[in-house]
Amino acid sequence: MLLSVRNLRTYFDEDGRVVKAVDGVSFDLERGETLGIVGESGSGKSVTNLTIMRLIPSPPGRIAGGEVIFDGRNLLALPDEEMRKLRGRRIAMVFQDPMTSLNPFMRISRQLTEVTRLHLGHGKAEAYEHAVHMLEMVGIPDARKRAEGYPHEFSGGMRQRVMIAMALSCKPELLIADEPTTALDVTIQAQILELIKNLKQETGTSEILITHDLGVVAGTTNRVVVMYAGKVFESAPTGELFSRPGNPYTKGLLQSVPDPTCDTKELFQIPGLPPDVANLGPGCPFAPRCFRAEAICKEQFPPFVALTPSHHSLCHFADEIYKGAS
Amino acid sequence: MLRFILRRLLITIPMVLVVVSVTWGLIRLAPGNFYTGEKPIPPAIEKNIRERYGLDKPWYVQYGRMISNTLHGDFGISLKYQGEPVNRILKNALPVSATIGVLAYLLALAVGIVSGTLAALRQNSNLDYTSMAAAMIGISLPNFVLGPTLVLFLSLTWYVLPPALWGGPRHLILPVITLSGVYMAYIARLARSGMLEVLRSNYIRTARAKGLAERHVLIRHALRGGLLPVVSFSGPALAFLLTGTVVVEKIFALPGLGNYFINANLNRDEPLIIGIVAFISIVVLIFNLMVDIAYGFIDPRVRY
Amino acid sequence: MTAPVAVEPEVVGTSLWKDAWRRLRRNRLAMFGLVVVIVITLASVIGPPIIHGLTGFTYDYIPSDSSLIKSFPPFTAPDGSFSWIHPMGTDIAGRDILARVLLGGRISLMVGVISTLVSLIIGITFGATAGYLGGKIDEVMMRIVDVLYAIPYMMIVIVLLAFFGGQSPLGQLFLLFAALGAVSWLTMARIVRGQVISLKNQEFILAARATGVSATKIIFRHLVPNTLGPVIVYATLTIPSVMLLESFLSFLGLGVQAPLASWGSLSADGVLNIALFPWQLICPGVTMAITLFSLNFLGDGLRDALDPQMRKG
Repeated sequence: MLLSVRNLRTYFDEDGRVVKAVDGVSFDLERGETLGIVGESGSGKSVTNLTIMRLIPSPPGRIAGGEVIFDGRNLLALPDEEMRKLRGRRIAMVFQDPMTSLNPFMRISRQLTEVTRLHLGHGKAEAYEHAVHMLEMVGIPDARKRAEGYPHEFSGGMRQRVMIAMALSCKPELLIADEPTTALDVTIQAQILELIKNLKQETGTSEILITHDLGVVAGTTNRVVVMYAGKVFESAPTGELFSRPGNPYTKGLLQSVPDPTCDTKELFQIPGLPPDVANLGPGCPFAPRCFRAEAICKEQFPPFVALTPSHHSLCHFADEIYKGAS
Repeated sequence: MLRFILRRLLITIPMVLVVVSVTWGLIRLAPGNFYTGEKPIPPAIEKNIRERYGLDKPWYVQYGRMISNTLHGDFGISLKYQGEPVNRILKNALPVSATIGVLAYLLALAVGIVSGTLAALRQNSNLDYTSMAAAMIGISLPNFVLGPTLVLFLSLTWYVLPPALWGGPRHLILPVITLSGVYMAYIARLARSGMLEVLRSNYIRTARAKGLAERHVLIRHALRGGLLPVVSFSGPALAFLLTGTVVVEKIFALPGLGNYFINANLNRDEPLIIGIVAFISIVVLIFNLMVDIAYGFIDPRVRY
Repeated sequence: MTAPVAVEPEVVGTSLWKDAWRRLRRNRLAMFGLVVVIVITLASVIGPPIIHGLTGFTYDYIPSDSSLIKSFPPFTAPDGSFSWIHPMGTDIAGRDILARVLLGGRISLMVGVISTLVSLIIGITFGATAGYLGGKIDEVMMRIVDVLYAIPYMMIVIVLLAFFGGQSPLGQLFLLFAALGAVSWLTMARIVRGQVISLKNQEFILAARATGVSATKIIFRHLVPNTLGPVIVYATLTIPSVMLLESFLSFLGLGVQAPLASWGSLSADGVLNIALFPWQLICPGVTMAITLFSLNFLGDGLRDALDPQMRKG
């Protein structure tokens, strides 16, 4: 087991209210595997991963509980200095917005060499050659010359390639990609996903792919975790999640993916909006939007039902939904 | 880049001429004259003065001469300080104003940047509140209150520092502090808000995700962007700094450009006014150009 | 996947101001500033007649036995005992400093407000025109602003006041309004232009244009009202900076003229006697500093209240 997140809770204190952005999230990741985390914006998927990296701005954020076991050690209990040495070296991150995630005042080459000189002890020349090599690997044409440029001289897709080159330059064991394609054009999206997939295979890196787009998850992940209102709603192997979802929310998500083979069907939308995670009632946070909701859903928090040893769902009617889907 | 600098330098010339012309126009349109002072001057002497300074010629000849003087960098002879060339007055007064101005701005930069950055790093801490309250007082306290108050305590009560006049380095301390107070405060506020914005930005998160130590994140990644507002403030600030010098020179009775300028205005000493206005305009414009060039070096996105 | 949230513009319009007011009320420093500004303004307006009624002093009342009762420290009667008669003491001519400070407040606040209004009119007109017309005209107009930024215009103001001033105290005041307004509009023009550019492509302006509303009408009926938030914020911050400029000029003897007085000219008088009678500087100086302090806090608070994004900074 490379990474095991246990009952993670991250809260934000805002204007005297406590926003429970991540509330009791657990999942596991094996070496070489890819885990997809899917959810609407505000579901806590990004916060979960920033918590793993311990990059939550504090205040207002605080890690209220749980464990992040990475390669046998609890990251949340590590001294700051140890954690810092891990970042970029063994766990690397690619962020959503490539336009603002690179330092606009610094040459691309410097932004890349900075990591390897820090973590791998590269000398100036060695780091530079490695940077050029990495840029070539992510498919930047004329890499040696482009390395001297600044981020604003690159297109969005090219910048995301630079981000990936930077993240992978120390051959990390875990890559966290936080919506790596959301800000990009559709054609570029596919290229970037393909690139990450290939590089991952080459380097044997494990990956957490965060996205709101189920389509992205389908082709690239082994397992999927569906998050809603800071909680894990369903966790299953990718194939099974798509064929036999055990949660009404997942079902709704699946139905709202456009089906290219059937253009007459009207696109489904889950009614309503995600809840305010600062004021959740005692019941299921999805109940107000759920097609299957009954009185119990509003009163009692649903159980996390094991449908199979590797398939769990947070729902009072998980079995029924699971069986009905078959 | 070079073309940009040349172009800007070329624009400077007509700009200075416009400023000088406006000033000249104001002087000429105003009622009264140098020699319509309190004491009536005998007509014969007045005629003499008019001839000596070319004031008997038609206005366009005088205007042309003023412009040509400005272009040659020779502003003629002062009316008030008889026989004293304006250029010599400038040469003697400049070091006073320049020393105070430069030292005051350097002090303001040093204190402002350090306290603003620290305040941003410890946002909402007591340090943050204290330095921002101090900055607010600095912005609100006119320097003609700050200066004399400092004099009252440090010179007249505790006899630590000389209260006025131009002398050794000890004479510099109070004027420099008095002049820099407001700029210190402004720079601290700008540095704080600039740093806060940058520290929240995505690229700083990237730098942290790379595993850089916090001090490297700050020095290598955050300072550049965070201090850009301070750089762009520095251009216009100089224009104001010179106004501030006028007041500070008056408080401390210093023989600087500002004091000469005020006296020249009260004495209607046209050549001296024109000389100082032209000179300061050139200095300010060149300083603005330098700030713009520096900005281009700091921010690669800026194109000339 | 989720339905786009439909936002009713009218609802946003009203709740924006309500929200801002709610946030402003929670900002203790800004509320402190607001209260102090109101108190000082009221005191300047109704203070002088009250003092006159109670003690018979006016700002220019010089007691006949002037040689006897001049320059008493605060709260001191002519015989040296404690007294409420001169809360701020007297100046060298025996005039009550409180009465003079209140008069100075009237003049300083008036210069601040009226000059700011002048700068608002110039800045809004210039900025809105440049932003709305766009293209080459905008470029030229903004270039002019850039150029003016780099000119030490206070020198020209000094020349203007030195050569045209001194005719009459009232004329000098008008000269100050015009001169200070004329040099304070640059940033306002930039702010308004930026706002107008971001607004002018929105539907309601396009709709107005499509129905053939004239450019002037669009600018002043539709665009300018919608830039109100930032304009109010910046105007609140312009008032103290203009007051500061005025006080500099008055301190140099170029601003407000006797028998009128402003905080700047009172301070200039006070500086002369700093060694013996420091309260003559401290009373007007500190009153002015407190006022500017409050106005700046109020302006900062308004900015935070009207622009929640900037608040986090």
